[in-house]
Amino acid sequence: MKVRVLVRLKNGVLDPQGQTVRHALHVLGYHQIKDVRQGKVFEIELEGIDQETALRLIPEIADKVLANPIIETFSWDFLD
Amino acid sequence: MKFGVVVFPGSNCDYDTYYVLKEILNQPTFFLWHKDHDLKGVDCVILPGGFSYGDYLRSGAIARFSPLMEEIIEFAQKGGLVLGICNGFQILLEAGLLEGAMLRNKKLKFLCQTISIRVENNKIPFTREARPGQVLRIPIAHFDGNYYAPPEILDKLKKNDQIIFRYCTETGEINEEANVNGSIENIAGISNTSGNVLGMMPHPERAAEALLGSCDGLIIFKSIINFQKSII
Amino acid sequence: MILEDLLREHNLTKYEYERIISLIGREPNLTELGIFSLMWSEHCSYKSSKIHLQKLPTSGPQIIQGPGENAGVVDIGDEMAIVFKIESHNHPSFIEPFQGAATGVGGILRDIFTMGARPIALLDSLRFGPLTVSKNRAIMEGVVSGISSYGNSVGVPTVGGETFFHPSYSHNPLVNVFCLGLVNKGKIFYARAGSPGNAVIYVGAKTGRDGIHGATMASAEFDSQVEKKRPNVQVGDPFMEKLLLEACLEVMDKGLIVGIQDMGAAGLTCSTTEIAAKSGTGIRINLDLVPQREEGMTPYEIMLSESQERMLLIARPENVPEIQKIFAKWDLDAVVIGEITDSQKLEVFFQGKKVVDVPVEAVVNLCPVYDRPSRKPENYDFLHHLDYNSLDQAQNFNEVLLSLISHPNIANKEWIFRQYDHMVQTNTVLLPGADAAVLRIKGSKKFLAMTLDGNGLYCYLDPRTGGKIAVAEACRNLACVGAKPLGITNCLNFGNPEKPEIMWQFSEVVTGMAEACRYFDVPVTGGNVSFYNETEGKPIIPTPVIGAVGLIEGLSQPCSPGFKNEGDLIILAGANKEELGGSLYLQIMFGLEKGWPPEIDLEAERKLHLFSIEAIRRNLVESAHDISEGGLAVALAECSFLSDKRFGFLVNLEDRIRPDALLFGETQSRIVFSLKKENFLAFAQLAAQKEVPIKIIGQVQGKRMLFYQSGNLLIDLKVEEAFDIWKNSLEKILSPF
Repeated sequence: MKVRVLVRLKNGVLDPQGQTVRHALHVLGYHQIKDVRQGKVFEIELEGIDQETALRLIPEIADKVLANPIIETFSWDFLD
Repeated sequence: MKFGVVVFPGSNCDYDTYYVLKEILNQPTFFLWHKDHDLKGVDCVILPGGFSYGDYLRSGAIARFSPLMEEIIEFAQKGGLVLGICNGFQILLEAGLLEGAMLRNKKLKFLCQTISIRVENNKIPFTREARPGQVLRIPIAHFDGNYYAPPEILDKLKKNDQIIFRYCTETGEINEEANVNGSIENIAGISNTSGNVLGMMPHPERAAEALLGSCDGLIIFKSIINFQKSII
Repeated sequence: MILEDLLREHNLTKYEYERIISLIGREPNLTELGIFSLMWSEHCSYKSSKIHLQKLPTSGPQIIQGPGENAGVVDIGDEMAIVFKIESHNHPSFIEPFQGAATGVGGILRDIFTMGARPIALLDSLRFGPLTVSKNRAIMEGVVSGISSYGNSVGVPTVGGETFFHPSYSHNPLVNVFCLGLVNKGKIFYARAGSPGNAVIYVGAKTGRDGIHGATMASAEFDSQVEKKRPNVQVGDPFMEKLLLEACLEVMDKGLIVGIQDMGAAGLTCSTTEIAAKSGTGIRINLDLVPQREEGMTPYEIMLSESQERMLLIARPENVPEIQKIFAKWDLDAVVIGEITDSQKLEVFFQGKKVVDVPVEAVVNLCPVYDRPSRKPENYDFLHHLDYNSLDQAQNFNEVLLSLISHPNIANKEWIFRQYDHMVQTNTVLLPGADAAVLRIKGSKKFLAMTLDGNGLYCYLDPRTGGKIAVAEACRNLACVGAKPLGITNCLNFGNPEKPEIMWQFSEVVTGMAEACRYFDVPVTGGNVSFYNETEGKPIIPTPVIGAVGLIEGLSQPCSPGFKNEGDLIILAGANKEELGGSLYLQIMFGLEKGWPPEIDLEAERKLHLFSIEAIRRNLVESAHDISEGGLAVALAECSFLSDKRFGFLVNLEDRIRPDALLFGETQSRIVFSLKKENFLAFAQLAAQKEVPIKIIGQVQGKRMLFYQSGNLLIDLKVEEAFDIWKNSLEKILSPF
């Protein structure tokens, strides 16, 4: 079983990386880009557990380890 | 010998490099602004260390789109001397003037310390004042200095003698312990095939005065100056 | 919301609220209340500390600017001046260690370049709980990488500092950040408004809902509800700071502005009102013009936002286009958001309506000042019940020494400073680890030395003596590299000042510091008070941190602590006493935090400093090292560890005191020197002339550390083995793999 966890900064938290990338894109002429937020992707392979356990486990590890809940949020889905 | 030191937003070793060339080696030296298209007629372009564009996205990834980079690429293709130090090396990799890529240091920490590198090829313009196998004491200061190249590129680098520096012990041995950042085959600096473009992680401008601990970095700058004299 | 709740949320008392009403002649609206709550917070107003801080000497012939501006300014001759300050970022670093420490670095850098100075050095004083607790390790890792990430990126070297561990910091780590900058004497800038009609220009990052109420948060104790306050965390952007630094220095260098103020802990509120108050003018701004990162922000949020990397510039209107051109070159906006007026009021407009109308004087200078009650803690006398006879002498002093040098307070801090770029700008002559960091000044023959010092345990056991020792030790560190002290900045970290015991500690520490500063003739140029360092009612031990800056002239290089040559004489300057109270030895070997801290004789201390500086200036010594935590044995071991060739030593002392006190006691006013034999006569003559007791205690020799007392061998260790333990113990705890 594979899952993908997306970790991104909370809305309203300053994202220097995203802003700098957006600025660079503007300089290169991509003026359609309104905003860029940079985040992280984790692809996680699980074994020996059922879907129901995964439903409980993934938010737990995302909250505890993958994301810094003070500034980041996460979302996730099953890949297969 | 006219030197140009490129200033990107976020460069922070630009002035240090300028100081060594201008005040210690008495060479005419100019700052080159990243938004310009003007190399001011220099004989050697140096891309200094720092955090261009904050190193956001990837180290060197945004700087390579600077207007001045177009001129630098053309200058290098015509055989002009280009030296990338630390962040400058990363920019040269992103710009495709050198091959390979940088990963995070193996211990995932920024590293600032004086280390030893061994000169593997003293035939290029940047190292001709060094003895073959000479060990240089030069500081490093980077987070992304773990050089990586896929096997086919690595083979090419070896075949063409493009590996210029390797991390070594104080006595010149190449081993895992000396490989501070985890670079493939201890690589600390590489050149392009024709040897006119060099990228290196250590900072030669920080090893240019006895008061600060080492003068070994001067060998690189003096090599460039004497190379220029030799071809005139 | 009922008034009581509103006031509690803004950390204002009923009395303070009534004072606001009488000052503005009506009830404040919410935005105005927010403005007062920020500016009248402990952090901004110093309302509990002011009357005590007045004891500190702040003037001297070299002082260009004392306390009251963003940072102090000191003349170093040849048209050059230095600007330096220390600030705490304790509370934000506890909530989010990485960002808290990073924005602490950002804030102190802005304090320095706001004055027109280019920052050339950062130092940090860090305190954490014991590393045996994983949470403490995580906080420390976060703080160190936050400092590293910000300072390295901006390109200002972190050249030194100190790191200590004590259980009282477990729930309240201390992150005190010091910065020093260099400025041409003719180009110093202040928070000034000039004349009415001048433009108010906003530069730097856009305003978001960052850290709203951070300044009031730094003025409140933590409770277990700390999680709730988390949305306040600001995120630092070092790249933006670097651009802002270059652009601001460029407009200042070209003389295009009248005044400048950082939007620090109290944002737009603090910068607008302080600029106007310092010049006796008014200021009018339109919030619709303020660059905003988020939609739908209210006047309250915009005025109180603590978004980082922002500055307020004041310029004559005709210079605005040139300023905007320079900021555009650095890809930064410079937006005119208002003007200086003669109303002596802060007037704020939002969507066509006036939303704030208050006298700036009331906001900035009329906060009530408190003389809070103070009382000696009840257990104070009990703390000093320490019977030396009840302490068993350790059997194996080798093991004791190894325990001390592997303790995180003493062990080599390379794990930390290797993560900091300490060499950028190519001025760093003495690397981290020496008694003081030393930088050369390019284009001159001068060196600057700087150090941070403070021993919380001494202050806990005897705050007045602790305050004196903090200043004495900082100046002694300077004397060991050959530097004459120029000035001091301090960061005073204490618990809740509304508790009389805490107020007593504070008052005593400041009194002790003031006495020492006068004795050594070193003025205080500014600093910061951080109160409310408590969690759930448990305060930290009182921790004043002294940042001392000194000048070295007439030397080709400064003196360093490591032994240099085989056969050099080892000299002890100062006297050994039987003192163990407050020592690290008692803490580690007996688990005791008791007794009186070492005595300090300020006259002996002053003579020692003058002697050391002169001996170094005359090139009589090869090395000098201060004796502090861990005592004489640890100091000697460090002289071996910091020696390039790792020389050992053989010393023999005849003092008839307990051997553990001789080895590990922390008696003050002592320095270990090494020197060539041929220089001894001149050295001894100088010592006699300066009235400093010295004695030859042995020599630099071999590869072993040998310590005798009256012929009895107390310590015998191989330098290389002890060195490995000292060098790697922190790394083993923090990066075991």
